[in-house]
Amino acid sequence: MTNQTDYNRIKQSATVGKTVGNVVIYALLTIWGVMVLFPFYWMILSSVKSYSSYNSEYIPMFFAQSPTMDNYVSAFTAVPLGRYFANTLIFTITTTAVMLVVTIFAAFAFAKLNFRGKNIAFILCLALMMIPNELVIVTNYVTITKLDMRNTFLGLILPSVTSVFYIYLLKENLAQIPDELYYAAKVDATSDLKYLFKVMIPICKPTIITIVILKVIECWNSFVWPRLITDDANYFLISNGIQEIRENGFGRENIPAMMAVVVVISIPLIILFLIFRNKVMEGVSRGGTKG
Amino acid sequence: MDKRNNKGWLYLLPAVLFLGFFMVYPLVDVFIYSFEEGYNSASQTYFGVGSYNYSYVLHDPYFLQAVKNTFILVIITVPVSTGAALLISAGLNSIKALKKLYQTVYFLPYVTNTLAVGLVFMILFKKTAYTDGLINLFINWFGGGSVDFIDGPYWAKMFVLCFYTIWIVMPFKVLILTSALASVNPQYYNAAKVDGTSKIRTFTRITLPMISPMIFYLIITGFIGAFKAYSDAVALFGTDLNAAEMNTIVGYIYDMLYGNSGGYPSYASAAAIILLILVLTVTCINSLISKKHIYY
Amino acid sequence: MKVVLQHLSKVFPSRNKKANADVVAVSDFNFEIPDGELVGLLGPSGCGKSTALNLICGLQTPTEGRIFFGDDDVTDLPPENRGVGFVFQNYALYPHLTVRQNILFPLQNLKGSDKLSKPDMLAKAREVAELVQIDELMDRKPSELSGGQQQRVAIARALVKMPRILLLDEPLSNLDARLRLQTREELRRIQRQTQITTVFVTHDQEEAMSISDIIVVMRNGVVEQIGKPQDVYDNPVNLFVAKFLGSPPVNIFTGRVTDGTLFIGDDAVLKINGVPNQDIYVGIRPEGFILDRDGPLRCNLNRVEVMGRDVSVISTHDASDNSTIRSIIDAESAADLELSNVRFAIKPNKALLFGKETEARIFFNV
Repeated sequence: MTNQTDYNRIKQSATVGKTVGNVVIYALLTIWGVMVLFPFYWMILSSVKSYSSYNSEYIPMFFAQSPTMDNYVSAFTAVPLGRYFANTLIFTITTTAVMLVVTIFAAFAFAKLNFRGKNIAFILCLALMMIPNELVIVTNYVTITKLDMRNTFLGLILPSVTSVFYIYLLKENLAQIPDELYYAAKVDATSDLKYLFKVMIPICKPTIITIVILKVIECWNSFVWPRLITDDANYFLISNGIQEIRENGFGRENIPAMMAVVVVISIPLIILFLIFRNKVMEGVSRGGTKG
Repeated sequence: MDKRNNKGWLYLLPAVLFLGFFMVYPLVDVFIYSFEEGYNSASQTYFGVGSYNYSYVLHDPYFLQAVKNTFILVIITVPVSTGAALLISAGLNSIKALKKLYQTVYFLPYVTNTLAVGLVFMILFKKTAYTDGLINLFINWFGGGSVDFIDGPYWAKMFVLCFYTIWIVMPFKVLILTSALASVNPQYYNAAKVDGTSKIRTFTRITLPMISPMIFYLIITGFIGAFKAYSDAVALFGTDLNAAEMNTIVGYIYDMLYGNSGGYPSYASAAAIILLILVLTVTCINSLISKKHIYY
Repeated sequence: MKVVLQHLSKVFPSRNKKANADVVAVSDFNFEIPDGELVGLLGPSGCGKSTALNLICGLQTPTEGRIFFGDDDVTDLPPENRGVGFVFQNYALYPHLTVRQNILFPLQNLKGSDKLSKPDMLAKAREVAELVQIDELMDRKPSELSGGQQQRVAIARALVKMPRILLLDEPLSNLDARLRLQTREELRRIQRQTQITTVFVTHDQEEAMSISDIIVVMRNGVVEQIGKPQDVYDNPVNLFVAKFLGSPPVNIFTGRVTDGTLFIGDDAVLKINGVPNQDIYVGIRPEGFILDRDGPLRCNLNRVEVMGRDVSVISTHDASDNSTIRSIIDAESAADLELSNVRFAIKPNKALLFGKETEARIFFNV
């Protein structure tokens, strides 16, 4: 029975170890959580401070003494934020819509139709997935310039449409649909197009939603291509807009107003993410790297 | 059969057009550009073919600065972010309460605009006439002197750039590793527990090998991503990265194309191809190493 | 090592928060496993047998009750301090380690005075590998092994640290039928050779009966009966145990006892004493029928299946609970079966009586 005390000690140390471990884990997770959230807190906080009170705080304060919404007003009046927003919206919606049509047709052809050269075409497509954007952007820039499409939506949108990865993602999903369904539709004299829209798209809706969300995030945040192709502020997207504001807007000093702009820019995607949380995370983990 | 033949290509046509015009053609073209010497974008003429563009780029101090910056960024951010993500994912996987909340919070940087949030980081780190900035406040609390992280010494700027890059890439890594960890069959952990395996040994001998394919995937994508860093630097230091000594290879390419120093697509092409070679080399080395260490 | 389970209960909180009905996986389990025996925990899926095994192992802690290994109370001990070996249903072999590394893994965990030198470890690993006859396969990865070989490796890994108790969760369920027969003999041999107290879980009654020293029949978390396989088969304590054991299964009839006579339907099949008048279930094992032209149980002959030495006579009866009655008769006495009617006499010791409401066994004297 001398063993018994020994066992008690083991049991106790196991319990203590577990509690300590949990505390450490939660502390670690919370620290990172704070590091993630803090910039968001700081931008909101700074955006409700008035210009004068912000500048008078040599030592920054963690709360606003007299919160004001003035900065949000000036964000839409002093700089053309509304226009940047509208541009981004037009760019995002058009690009995503065209991308979706192109992707669905291509994925359908790859997944369900038989034609000569299909395999080679698909392998070429996969190979294109490896090509870094930076490599093709040089020529695209020259092309768009030659076509005199700088500072046009067409110039912004056209090279941003195709994403080989999304074709691949949707093709994989479409390929999982049993061929019997296709033959059944053929027997019922359904046209390919009708079959695609009435049967396949509804079945693949989750993947399509995922693709749309990923593309919207990509478009909303795109910066490099718009920066190259637009120098007329009338065609700036928000990323370029924020850069323009930072360098030339608000007399370059009005940090609270800039923060208000940052908040306004950040909110739509964060809301979209919170609504479609699972879809976004699933889509991203299936292979979407940023950019 | 013949009819089907045409039909398939018909569906593929839009994709072929877009890809052909904006990916395949540019891909070929960029090589051609890179060997055309003295290309003039206004007249679209050149007066020779050779490797002068490459030699120019490789001797350009701005490019060398960009290469140095990019390499430092890669070497610091990839291991640190992967290691930190592993730590956080392991923690995340061992808790039940609040797990979803933490996961949601951790993912937020992914859906934010790099340029916009970069501005927040800038004001947190920047030292101005009005304020030393919040980070310097913390440093002062611990008895350190204020540093200007945005316009100050090289290492301070590099620190902010690395820090911001890590902040931006963490969500993806945490997401991937969390699901990789969750997919390890719990029976292995039970087996290890019955055998009296310590927590650390279980982690290093069972968990790590099991998720090693995912870790290597993250390292490779991390390398590629870091080699292509650009927006993060712009977000922190503005568009004139050469002046800030914070340019990256991709930044150099864009500067050669456009802006004050722009108008040289040939140099840009050469730089882009050098970047491609760098990325390919590193990826190959990585795959070779991973072949040796992945257990499946 | 003797294992004692006292009033062991395990309750899982309900996952459905609205219904608030907790799931009782194991309820008041009392059992003393004698040293060196092979015990089969038997029951339909979801009966709590795996939970019971996990409780003994320490992977789960009981809600109530105590567990003793010998004289040591191990109830609150984590598994690693209990000295148990566990073979998982899917074997849980580490896919990235070779067979040798898998077997060495538990030994490498030992600390302090238990720590072994490298040659000692290798020697031990070789010893168990020889015991389970996988010493040829030491440098392979688990993915390069067949199911049966993986099973042996899993057993070797569980045995290598000389556990006080060996636990196996559905050890044969992942093997094909032929391999299953072979492996269960193997299991028996290994257990005999090592003399380690062994508990295994199965839903296959034939498997449990064929190799266990003792079987424990469970249902809905409750132990229905514990005993030697033959005893439990011959004397089930209730209708559930009677139905669960035996292949082909026991035939169940609805019947009644009236004034010392057992009726099945209208047929007075046996004279019995000591049972008050009541409605009952009658269970008759397939081997409990005697073919008899004047027998009291009148059935309609369906067909005869020849099985070699024996034949299986399939017939129907109005009072039968099953759609058909299966009886096993030796081939000679069934040679002249042609009639559409067939009559049986009943062996009194193969007839089992159960209360209509309680489904508990009713004993009688002939």
